[in-house]
Amino acid sequence: MASTPRAQARTGAESVRRAIEGGRTDWWSVTFQGFLVLLLLLTLGVLAWLLTVVFVNGVPVLAERGFDFLTSPLASRAEAAGVGQAIVGSLYLMFFVVILSFPLGIGAAVYLEEYAHDSWSTRLINTGVRNLAGVPSIVYGLLGLAIFVVALADFTGGRSLTSGGLTMAILVLPIVIITSAEALRAVPEAIREAAFGVGATRWEVVRSHVLPYAAPGIFTGTILSMARAFGETAPLILVGAVIGGFNVEYDSVVGTLQGRYTALPTVVYDWARKPASFGPNVYAAIVVLIVVLLLVNALAIYLRNRFEQRW
Amino acid sequence: MTASSSAQPPRLSIGDLRGSPARRRKEFGVRLLFLAAASLSIVISFLIILSLAGEAWTFISQVDLPLLIERGWFPRRDLYSVQTIVAGTFTVAAIGMLVAAPLGLGAAIYLSEYASTRVRRTVKPILEILAGIPSVVLGYFALQVISPTIVDPICPGATEGFNMAAAGIGVGILITPLIASVAEDAMYAVPRSLREASYGLGARKRTTSLKIVFPAAISGIVAALILGLSRGIGETMVVSIAAGATGGSLFSVNPCAPGQTMTAAMTALATGSDQVRGATLAFPSLFFVGMLLFIFTLALNLVADRFVRRVRIRY
Repeated sequence: MASTPRAQARTGAESVRRAIEGGRTDWWSVTFQGFLVLLLLLTLGVLAWLLTVVFVNGVPVLAERGFDFLTSPLASRAEAAGVGQAIVGSLYLMFFVVILSFPLGIGAAVYLEEYAHDSWSTRLINTGVRNLAGVPSIVYGLLGLAIFVVALADFTGGRSLTSGGLTMAILVLPIVIITSAEALRAVPEAIREAAFGVGATRWEVVRSHVLPYAAPGIFTGTILSMARAFGETAPLILVGAVIGGFNVEYDSVVGTLQGRYTALPTVVYDWARKPASFGPNVYAAIVVLIVVLLLVNALAIYLRNRFEQRW
Repeated sequence: MTASSSAQPPRLSIGDLRGSPARRRKEFGVRLLFLAAASLSIVISFLIILSLAGEAWTFISQVDLPLLIERGWFPRRDLYSVQTIVAGTFTVAAIGMLVAAPLGLGAAIYLSEYASTRVRRTVKPILEILAGIPSVVLGYFALQVISPTIVDPICPGATEGFNMAAAGIGVGILITPLIASVAEDAMYAVPRSLREASYGLGARKRTTSLKIVFPAAISGIVAALILGLSRGIGETMVVSIAAGATGGSLFSVNPCAPGQTMTAAMTALATGSDQVRGATLAFPSLFFVGMLLFIFTLALNLVADRFVRRVRIRY
């Protein structure tokens, strides 16, 4: 073994290192690195611990109740209660996010990155977006409560699906703007100049060149922001996602939009405060929530790796 | 777009280059649409401030001010001790930072300075997954698992599992990925030349990481910690589930005791009953607390933003 040149070089490097270090191992360095690894493993270990606890307790309920748990409505008895209404409600909320936040957010990002000059108004908008992204989610709940639930009650129907959906859409908007702007910024200037060079207007440049190249980044960002909305609870509690139970009243479009609703994380919160008999149900609902989120995350990571552009 | 030089054919004017009026109109319309979308964020900012300030003013002008320094937060009995919920908020956030700062910074230093590309590529998505775990889930985990296994041995007989320590640890777990990712970005942005200069002088990796890279990235690291604190203060669900006091709370900064934060106080008001909009000041008090929370987090975010920008200017 020691006869190959590479192995000889390695022993050579090793002996030089030992000569410099004086033949001793620097135990402080080893301790320090070990400490860092320990901290990282602790962080990852917490995630593993959490997922283990959730799946060990939640999967049996799902295995036993199966489809019934996913379709049953809310109920006061743990054995009968399911997350059917919650899943439907969460999907409706996502629908609001997709049709409102995505076009508005991407449009705002296009304006900020492609159209805006560095003026006081642009800086104002930029500051506004950054600050909105840092506002605690519960404050968006207060905004929704004051505006959609109280001030616009005639239009939204008060504590209704529309109020919840609009609040969610506003909550996600700054995140969509920031991630889309990042994706647009990553498109090289040369791409735009090539299009301008053949006489395209700015909108034509954006539509035919910038947006297609930025699309993977924009999709990844928007999907992740949707995942964020899917797990969000606090604002929904303030704008009246139902806690307890309610009858399905999805008879007409307007009735649905102005009707009562609930969402998956809201149900988790509600059941978490109930007597211990609901314990297994909470874990089962969390399993559903986490599986959806992991799938969405995996999709985003796949898109990023599959279509990532290196310039 | 720039004017042509003298060698070009003379008859071509800017008007010829502009294209048809229809195309220009379309261009103008599209631009206006995008501008409207961008301006929406300003409108939302103003709406937040307006809706908070309006009801908060109702509250301040109608409440007996001495009530604000009573030692208890019981809105249904018209006891609005703001110091109780502020103290609870900072107790929970401080415990969260005690957990998240070492974990997050340790992970950041390791990923930025020690880890191979393969480890980075594996660990960073896992941290993103941890960041994506909904806070309700962490709240239940804090109540059901952290409270009996970690907090109970330290605080024997912590009341029925509800305590601020468990909530704080849950909040800490929640903000660890945020701190790790912002701090790691800052350290990763430190130019290689600084590290190489340090190695050239014979410094070890540990010395280089701690004495060269860490101080060079200190702005970003401070920003990471401030952002973490801001997120911790605004965190709602973990505290609502794990810290206990659903209805009201007495003044307490004891981690082993149940407590109320500003955020949890708001959800408690909203879920307690539908009579939040009753005759009492409970409804306006919601917005007063929200206003306080908004001011706290906005101030922290602005400071963090300044620190982040300092890193960006330097490198």
